Amino acid sequence: MNVNYSSYRVETALAVSRTRRDFLRNAAGLGIGGALIQASPLIRAESVRKKRKVVVVTFGGGARDQETFAPEGQENIPHMLNEMAPQSSFFTHVTNQGILGHYVATASLATGVYETLNNFASVAPEHPTIFEYFRRELKRPSSDAWVVAPSNGFHRIGESEVKGFGPGQGARVILPKRLLGLASSGTNTDFEHLLHDNYETPLYTPALAGGEVELQQLEAILKLSVGDFASHARTLSSPDELSLYIAKRLMREEAPSLLWITMHDIDVAHSGAYSLYIDGIRRTDRLCAELWKTIQTEPEYAGNTTMFVLPDFGRDSDFDAGGNGFQHHRTGDPASRTTWMMVLGAGTRQGVVYDTPIQSIDLVPSIGAMMGFSPSQSSGKLIRELV
Amino acid sequence: MLPSDLKAESFAGYPPEARAIAIGHIQALRRLPMAFVPSLLREVIEFDYKFPVERSTIERELSTLDALSDAELHEWFEGFISISLSTGLESFDWVNSPAQFVEQQASHLWSTHQLDAFRKAATDYGDRLNRESKPEPIRLRRIGIAVLGQGVPIYDAPLFRNLRKHGTYLTNVSHQDGLKSLLNVIETRAQGHSQPFAHWYVDGGTPEVHSDLITSVSYDALAPVRNALLKRMQAEIGRPGMGPEELRTVLARLSPSDLKVETTSDPVLSRFELKLFTEGSGTQIYSSTFAQWTSREVLRRAQPLTLLVRYAPRQRQRPMNELLGGGQAQAELDPVGSLVDGEMGAYYQWIDQQRLPESERSGFIAWFENHGEAVAIGPSMPRGAVSNTAVDMEKLFSMVST
Repeated sequence: MNVNYSSYRVETALAVSRTRRDFLRNAAGLGIGGALIQASPLIRAESVRKKRKVVVVTFGGGARDQETFAPEGQENIPHMLNEMAPQSSFFTHVTNQGILGHYVATASLATGVYETLNNFASVAPEHPTIFEYFRRELKRPSSDAWVVAPSNGFHRIGESEVKGFGPGQGARVILPKRLLGLASSGTNTDFEHLLHDNYETPLYTPALAGGEVELQQLEAILKLSVGDFASHARTLSSPDELSLYIAKRLMREEAPSLLWITMHDIDVAHSGAYSLYIDGIRRTDRLCAELWKTIQTEPEYAGNTTMFVLPDFGRDSDFDAGGNGFQHHRTGDPASRTTWMMVLGAGTRQGVVYDTPIQSIDLVPSIGAMMGFSPSQSSGKLIRELV
Repeated sequence: MLPSDLKAESFAGYPPEARAIAIGHIQALRRLPMAFVPSLLREVIEFDYKFPVERSTIERELSTLDALSDAELHEWFEGFISISLSTGLESFDWVNSPAQFVEQQASHLWSTHQLDAFRKAATDYGDRLNRESKPEPIRLRRIGIAVLGQGVPIYDAPLFRNLRKHGTYLTNVSHQDGLKSLLNVIETRAQGHSQPFAHWYVDGGTPEVHSDLITSVSYDALAPVRNALLKRMQAEIGRPGMGPEELRTVLARLSPSDLKVETTSDPVLSRFELKLFTEGSGTQIYSSTFAQWTSREVLRRAQPLTLLVRYAPRQRQRPMNELLGGGQAQAELDPVGSLVDGEMGAYYQWIDQQRLPESERSGFIAWFENHGEAVAIGPSMPRGAVSNTAVDMEKLFSMVST
C-alpha cells in the first residue's frame, strides 16, 4: 500500500469539520458560539417551559459531511443551508461512539445511553427512553409524546421494559408504512414505492400483530378516513414524505409536546447507487424545511417549539479500505461516527456555530433540562450551549 | 478450541491446496492470538479459489509470520491479544467456518465497544506486513479505465469533479470507436504481457466484442447466476428461523455448483463471480453497483495490470421487494442516474487502484462514453489542468502510460 490512508483519514475528518464550520460562517454569516454560552436564552425561557414543545428529526439514515454541510455537499441541502442554518445554533462536531445500526443508534439517541441491542431484532431499548422520563416526571398523558418511525423494526422504540418505567409509560409509535399497508391491504400496488421497509436488510420485515387498532388511529387520532389517507398517499413519492404527512396530521390533531420523527430515505445508499443516495439527501433537506415551516405556522407550535435536526450517524469514508465509501456504515471510522446537529426555534440563539465536541447521547439530558425532567439513567452530558 | 490446539487433522475439511498450506505453516498458526487467526484462515480456506496474486500474498504473509521471534510476535499482535472474546466465540468452530466467526466477532466487537481497538490492531498489523513484504516489481505500468454515461445524449452538470484535481481534464477527445480502440489497446498489452487474470474488462451491461486474452465479467452474462441466486434467497427467507444473519451464512457457504448455473469452466473465476452477488450489496439489482463493486473486488483481489470498467444504464428505482423478486421483465432504465453512479464509481476505482503497489507509476482514464470529455491521470499528466487539444483514444492511453 503506497498511501498512508489512516493518517490521511484523520486529517480529512478534522479538515471536514473545520471546513464545514468555516463554510457556514462565511456563507451564512454565522458567528462563533463559544463566547455566548453564558447568555443562553433558554435560561431566560423558564417562564414558557410549560408550553414548551420539542420536535426531534433524525436526518437519516446516515449522511456524510461531504454530501451535506461540507463545501462540495452544499448543493444538496439548499433549504437547510439558506433557510434554516441562519436561524439555528449549529453544532459542527457531534460524534456517535455506539453501534452504527439505525435502530440501535436511534434507540441510543432516545435513551441517552449507547445501547447494545440487536439492531435487527424486535426488542425494546434497554434503558428508559426520553418519552418515559418526560411523561413520568411531568405527568403527561400518552397523547403528549409520539414517534413517527420509518420501518416496522422501530415499533418498540417508544418505551423500554425497565422497572419503574416501561410499557404504557412511553411514547405512542406510529408506523406510517404499516398503516398504509393495512389501509391498502391486498391492493397495494399503487403504494409499493412508499413501502420500503429497511434498506439494511431489505428482505426482512418483522411481522407485527394488530391491524384494526392501528387503522382506528387513522380516524380517531388523525381524523383521516382510510380512503382519504390512501388517496393522499398516491400523491407522495417516498416513505419519508409519507412520514411527514402523518407528522403534520399529528401536530394538527394531537399537538404532542414531544414529537420524534425518524427519516430513512437516505439509507437507500446501501443499494450502492450514489445518485439515489443524493436524491434521498435532497428530499430530506426539503422535508426538514417543510416541517420547520409547519412548526412556525401551526398555532400550537409557533413560537414555543425547539426543533433538533441531526443524522443518527455518518457513513464510511471514501478512503477506508475496510468499507466501500458512502454505501455502508460498517467501519466505525471517523466519517461514519462524526456528524452535525442543528437546533432551531424557541430559546435557541440564531446564526451561531459551536465547535465544541458533543456526543449524540447528550441530546436526551439537554432536552430534559429544557423541558424540566431528569433522565437519571442517561450517560450523556448537558450541552452547555443549549441549557 | 484455541490456536495452540491446532493439529494437522484440524484442517481435514479444507480443500486440498488450502489444507496443504495450513499444515505447512501450522507452527505459525498455533502462535497467533485467537482474535486474529480466524481472519487469516478465512483467506487460507479459500486458497484453491484464489487469484495468483492472492496466493502469493498469503504465502508471503505466512512465511513472514513463521520467521517472527516470540518477542516480535508479541509486539506485532499486542493489540489483538488485548481483545476479549465471548465464550460463545471461543467455542465456535472457527477452523472450519472462519468467515462466519469473523462476522460474529464483528458483532461482538461493536457491542463491547472494542471495534476501535480492533481496527487499530488490524491497521498496525497491515502496516507492519506491508513494510516487511516485498512483492515482485510489476513489469507493466498499471492502467485503469472507467467508461460511463452510456445512453446519455446531453449532460450539463460538471463531470469528474473528484478526479480533476489529480490529473488533466480533457474536453476534446475524439470518441469515434472509442471503446473498441480501448479494447484493442488492452488486447495488445495482454499479448505482450500474458499472465492469468492480469487484464480485465468489466461491463455493467452487454460487453463489446473483445479478445479472449482479456478476462471478462458482465452484468448481462451473469443474469442466470443472479436469477438463480435471487430464487434461492427467496426460498431461504421462507424457511422458519431464517433471519438476516442466517441468510448471510447460507449465502457465504454457496458454491457455483449449488446454483447449477455454469458461466465459465474456470473454478476460480466462477467462484469470484458468485461472490460478487453473495458478498456485494445491491449488485443483484443495480448494474451500476455491480460494475463498481466488481471493479473494487478485481483490484483488491486480482490486482490486474489493466482494468476497464464500463457502466451501463441501471434499472430505475422500484420497491425493494419488486427489485429483488425480478418480476418485471423489461425494467425502465435510468441513464442519467447511472451516469452519476458511474462518476462516483470511477472515483472509487481510482482510489482502489491507488491502494496497490507502485501506484505512483500507474495511469487512469475516466471517459464520458461517446462524448469528448475525459480525465487523464498519470505521472506525466499535469494535475488540475484543462486541455482543449484534440486527442484520440490511443493517444490518450499512451499519455497515461508514460
